[in-house]
Amino acid sequence: MPEGRTGSQLDRNRSSLLVQAPRQIAGTALSLALTFAGLTAVTFVIARVMPADPVLAIVGDRAHQDVYDAVYRELGLDQPIFVQYLRYLGQLFEGDLGVSIMTAQPVLVDLLRFFPATLELATVATLLGVLGGVPLGVLAAVRQGRWLDHLIRVIGLFGYSVPVFWLGMLALFVLYAKLGWVAGPGRIDIFFDGMVEPVTGLILVDSALAREWEIFRNALGHLVLPAGILGIHSLAYLARMTRHFMLEQLGQEYILAARVKGVPERAVIWRHAFRNVLVQLITIVGLTYASLLEGSVLTETVFAWPGIGQYITSSLFNNDMSAVLGGTIVVGVCFVGINMGSDLLYRLVDPRAR
Amino acid sequence: MSAVRAWLLVDVPRSRWQARCQRFFLGWLAFRQNAGAVAGLAIVAALVAAALLAPWISGSTGVVPDLGNRLQPPGAAFWFGTDELGRDIFDRIVWGSRITLYIVGLVTVIVVPIGLAVGVVAGYVGGWLDSALMRLTDIFLAFPRLILALAFVAALGPGLENAVLAIALTAWSPYARIARAEALTLRHSDFILAARSQGIPHHRVLAGHVAPMCMSSVIVRLTLDMAGIILTAAGLGFLGLGAQPPTPEWGAMIALGRDYLLDQWWVPAFPGLAILVVSLGFNLLGDGLRDVLDPKSRS
Repeated sequence: MPEGRTGSQLDRNRSSLLVQAPRQIAGTALSLALTFAGLTAVTFVIARVMPADPVLAIVGDRAHQDVYDAVYRELGLDQPIFVQYLRYLGQLFEGDLGVSIMTAQPVLVDLLRFFPATLELATVATLLGVLGGVPLGVLAAVRQGRWLDHLIRVIGLFGYSVPVFWLGMLALFVLYAKLGWVAGPGRIDIFFDGMVEPVTGLILVDSALAREWEIFRNALGHLVLPAGILGIHSLAYLARMTRHFMLEQLGQEYILAARVKGVPERAVIWRHAFRNVLVQLITIVGLTYASLLEGSVLTETVFAWPGIGQYITSSLFNNDMSAVLGGTIVVGVCFVGINMGSDLLYRLVDPRAR
Repeated sequence: MSAVRAWLLVDVPRSRWQARCQRFFLGWLAFRQNAGAVAGLAIVAALVAAALLAPWISGSTGVVPDLGNRLQPPGAAFWFGTDELGRDIFDRIVWGSRITLYIVGLVTVIVVPIGLAVGVVAGYVGGWLDSALMRLTDIFLAFPRLILALAFVAALGPGLENAVLAIALTAWSPYARIARAEALTLRHSDFILAARSQGIPHHRVLAGHVAPMCMSSVIVRLTLDMAGIILTAAGLGFLGLGAQPPTPEWGAMIALGRDYLLDQWWVPAFPGLAILVVSLGFNLLGDGLRDVLDPKSRS
C-alpha cells in the first residue's frame, strides 16, 4: 500500500472518528467518575474517619447519653462504612457540603461567593502566562542555541524555582509601597467596594457590563500584580513546552518541503509549524489553568485576595472542617474537570492522538 | 592520574567493576560539558555540606533569642542581619538546610519505592492488574496537590512530617507511570527470559532486573520534581501549616519576616533567596542529569 493519504483513507479516518468519538467520551467519563470517587473517598476519610469522635464534636462532652446516641444514629455512624460513604456521596450530589462554623452559612453558599475572585485571578494569570510564554517559546525554538534562547531558558528556570509567595511579597513592597505603580492588596479599593451590581461575581466583567470604567480600572490595578506573579510559573512552563513542541515540528520534513518551495520563513513558522503546535498546547494550557486554580492559595494569602484559597486556609485555622473539605472538593472537581476536558478536546481536535 | 584515566577509557573492560566505573566516568565527562548542570551540582553539594557542617559553620543554634541584637541590618557581624528576636538569619538559614534536606530525603524514601513497585508490577504483569493499577495512578495524578495537602494537614494537625506525608501522597504517581513504561519495554526482552528460564522467581526478576533499569529515569524525574516539592513544603510552612516556630524552616521564616518587610527587608528576603537558589540548583542538576542519563527525552 502506498504511503500518504489517499481519498479513501481520509474517508476511513473520518468514519473512524465517528465511531471512536463516543468511545473516547465514554472512556473519559469513566475515568472522570473514578477520579471523582477517589477524591471524595479521600475527603470522606478525612471528614468521617480521622476525627476522634464526630458526635462529640457536635453535642459536646456534657451531653446526655440519649442525645449522643440519637446524633450517632442521625450521622449514620451505626451503618457500615461503605453505606456511610454512599450517604456522603448522596449529600454531595445534593450540593450539601455542610455548614461553616465560621460564617454560619452553608459551605456551598460561601464557596459561590468566594469562587469568582479565584476564577478571575486564575483566568487572568493564565492569559498572561499564555500571552507571554507561547511567543517566548516560539522565539526560543527559532533562535535555538543563540543567546536569546539561553535568556529565555534562564527566565524559565527562574519561574520554576522562585517561591511565588516570596516574590509576591517583594513585588508588593517595591511596586506598591515604594513606587506606587499598582494598587495594593485586595480586589478593589474600599471606596468602590459594593458599588457595582454583582452579576457574575467577576469584578472586571461586572464593571464593564455596568460601564463603570473607573471601577474597572481600579479593579484591574489590583488584579495585575497578583495575576502576573501567579502567571510566572505557567509562563515558564508554557515557554518550555512550546519550545519543545516547536523544535519537534521544525525538524519535520514538511517544514523542509515548505522552505524548499520558497515559503517565507515567517509563514513557515507561524502558518505551518505553529498551527501543529497549537493543538498540543491545548492540554498544556488546560493543565496550567487547573494548577493555577489550586495554586492561587499562596498568592491569595499574600495579596489578601478574598478567594477560595483564603477561605480554605482561614477555615483551617478555625478548625472549620466542613468548610475546608467543601473547598477541597470544589477545587478538586474543577481541577479534574479541566484536566479531563482539555484531554478530551485534544483527542477530538488532533487526529494523531486517536 | 593518567593511568586511572586510561583504565577508565579502555575499549574492553576486564571486569564488571571496571565497566561500572567506565560508565560512570563517561557520564561524568558528558555532564561536565554542561555548565548549568555543574552549577546545580555545586548548589546541591553546598546544601548537603551546610546541613552536615551546620554546628561548625554557624556561630549559634539559630533558635535562642538575643534581644540585644534585634533587627540588625546585614553587615560584618551578621552577614544576613538578625530577625525580630535577634537571631542571626545566616545561622538560621544554615540550620534550615537540614530541614530542607530532611524534606527531600523523606519524600524520596516514600515516593520512589511506592511508585517503582506499582509501576514495575503493572508493566511486568500486564492485563487487568495493569489497568487497575494505572487507573489508581491516574486518580492520584489528577489530585490537586496543594489543596489536598491542606486538607490532610487540617485533619492531622500542622507539622513538618504531616506536610511531607501529604505531599508524598500525591507525588508518587508520576514515578509509577515512568516505571510502568520502562517495564513494558523490558517485559519480553531476552535477558528477562534468560533470567526466568534459569528459574528465578518473578519477584526477584522484578526487584533485581526490571526495577534497576528504571532507576535512571526515576532519578531524573525525582531531581526535577525536587524543586516543586521544596516549594510546596515552603508554601505550607509559609501558611503556618508546616514546620512550626522556632524551627528555622525557610518558608516559616518568610512568614515571620512578613511584618518587617517595609523597614527590615532582610528578614524575609534572605530565606526566600535560599529557597530560590536551592530549587534552582535542583532544576539545573535535573536538566543536566536528564541529558546524560536519559537522552531520549532530551528537549
